[in-house]
Amino acid sequence: MNPLLNALLVVVLALNLFALGTSRIVTVIKLVSLQGFLLGLIPLLMEEHLGWSATLASGGAILLKGAIIPFMMLRAMRDVQIKREMEPLIGFLPSMLLGALATGFALLFSKALPLAGEHTTPLLVPAALATIFVGFILLTTRAKAITQVMGYLVLENGIYIFGMLLLGTMPLVVELGVLLDLFVAVFVICIIINHINQAFSSLDTRRLVALKE
Amino acid sequence: MAFVMILFPLFMAAVAAVVPSDRLRPWLLPVTGTIHLGLTLLVLARPGLADTTLWLVLDPLGKIVLLVVSLLFFFCSIHVVGYLKHSHTRSNRVFCACFSAFLGVMTLVTWAHHLGIMWVAIEATTLVSAPLVYFERTPRSIEATWKYLVICSVGIALALLGSFFLAYASLHAGIKPTLAFDELLQQAPYLSKPWLHAAFVLMLVGYGTKMGLAPMHTWLPEAHSEAPAPVSAMFSGALLVCAFLAVLRMYQICCMAGEFTFISPMLIFMGLFAMAVAGVFMVGQKDFKRMLAYSSIEHMGILALGIGIGGAALFGTLLHVVAHGVTKGLLFLSAGNIYHAYGSKNTDEVSGALRRLPLSGTLFLTGFIAIIGSPPFGPFISEFSILNAGFATGHYVASGLFLLLLLVIFIGMGATVLKVVQNREPVSESAPQPVFREGLLTVVPPIILLGLVLLLGLHIPAPLSNLLHNAVDFLEVQP
Repeated sequence: MNPLLNALLVVVLALNLFALGTSRIVTVIKLVSLQGFLLGLIPLLMEEHLGWSATLASGGAILLKGAIIPFMMLRAMRDVQIKREMEPLIGFLPSMLLGALATGFALLFSKALPLAGEHTTPLLVPAALATIFVGFILLTTRAKAITQVMGYLVLENGIYIFGMLLLGTMPLVVELGVLLDLFVAVFVICIIINHINQAFSSLDTRRLVALKE
Repeated sequence: MAFVMILFPLFMAAVAAVVPSDRLRPWLLPVTGTIHLGLTLLVLARPGLADTTLWLVLDPLGKIVLLVVSLLFFFCSIHVVGYLKHSHTRSNRVFCACFSAFLGVMTLVTWAHHLGIMWVAIEATTLVSAPLVYFERTPRSIEATWKYLVICSVGIALALLGSFFLAYASLHAGIKPTLAFDELLQQAPYLSKPWLHAAFVLMLVGYGTKMGLAPMHTWLPEAHSEAPAPVSAMFSGALLVCAFLAVLRMYQICCMAGEFTFISPMLIFMGLFAMAVAGVFMVGQKDFKRMLAYSSIEHMGILALGIGIGGAALFGTLLHVVAHGVTKGLLFLSAGNIYHAYGSKNTDEVSGALRRLPLSGTLFLTGFIAIIGSPPFGPFISEFSILNAGFATGHYVASGLFLLLLLVIFIGMGATVLKVVQNREPVSESAPQPVFREGLLTVVPPIILLGLVLLLGLHIPAPLSNLLHNAVDFLEVQP
């Protein structure tokens, strides 16, 4: 129906896989910010006539996801002095394969979903599901706090893509998604203030005893 | 009225942020608590005040939760003054401001009659309460705060996706989508079923994370045990119940859509699973504040089980919201006193609390007897009525497991509590402990809470009973 929109979503999906496959944190931040920028373009492609809501959604997303948050992340990265994701729970290649599998699954699964007539052709629903899943993989398998936050951002992007289905009818509710970015901001502030390198900051033996139960 | 009740604590938070004196600032909290409690009682007494706008309505369910939140905050705010006196080493500016704002956003949760506003309010509770967990600034409290933020934010994200799914359910059915609660209740029977189911699952998982249902509960023991005692009491008795209210909203929509048979087994399973997880971790638990946190998970499980059984169990479930809140307030506040007197939460180092702190030790022990559901206290009545309803509606397996798990939890919890209160005091080898004396501020709130727990067990006051019956009627309205 909308070839440009579908092409854009395919790029978004590809960015997911790249983000899963790289160990350099700067690259992940750049990939996710590019993804955020592309997502910001979607509202412009969705609406035939540009309303204030679509413009607002688009501008907000580009500014936040594409610029402000990546900038803060880079700043945080400089502060805590880490460059690479060291010990992921699942390796980079396996997690990439898992992401690819999830994407394929999402494509098949969304065929079976009961969708409203105008939503059957664009890739919106499968892209949303796949991105959410990739976000979960990043969030749960990476050890560095910064990469986990990037995972959360990808998860949030997935929800944003799904929100696009509702943009025409309830724009204000869709805008609520922006509030999730507040969390991201808080995370980054946490990292900067406390220099949390890992999700589990203290790794002395006492801590290990506490985790035993 | 809604705006007054929500904005007043936020205003007081702003005042707390500008008051320069660390000694005077905490006294703003009891002032906030008293006025808020007064307003709450006024709203409950005069139903005419309960409607503000279409999106902010205090329905019978919201009234119960608001009562619990406001009551608990009142007692915790008095205790906080004593607590902050004891730990006067650092500035309490952020703490006081956030604690007051916390009350404001929880009030918004109880008034919200629009799932979008409700979602914003629940997210806000996470954001303003994170600095409260962080207050002690130990590495463990940093870790607890981080876990709390990350896990709850994922839950909140899923709840937003659930709200989107719910909106899509009406879009797919060809109705104009809305998230206003009253309109949703009217639309409920016509919503697209698959999307409604998916929305329910996501919201149960999302808000369930905040509520502390296993297996998404992992933030809860950390946050509850690291936060200062009055904060833990608010978390356990009020915050978790606010998330429960969000689950109840979705529950009601599903019931209106005639989907009770779809959601009931899920809720029963989640409830029993939460109880089982709590039971496993409570047995042999050495950290007594952590033990109380697991007890909160158990009781959230009981609430989920109660609405899963539905029908006759609803009255007991809603009563349990009140009874659990009050009892947990009592337990956390007295546990906080014990923690201060010993400087440790580990039962290896804490024993003989009955000798060192006769009042707090007794309160802690009595609170334990109340929370495990023994007569003549409030939780006994509510748990018994849930159990009764379970057997009456033919949920024999679930009710049997419920009893069994209560027994396991009784044993596990009892071992820890008795270690804390009995035996001799530990011999302090080295430096003398920081001297902590029970003051009026730290002991009177739990004593009054104990009185309330006892009152709930002996005779439910008529106004509360009316409130509960109204709420049950409100929940049970069929299409």
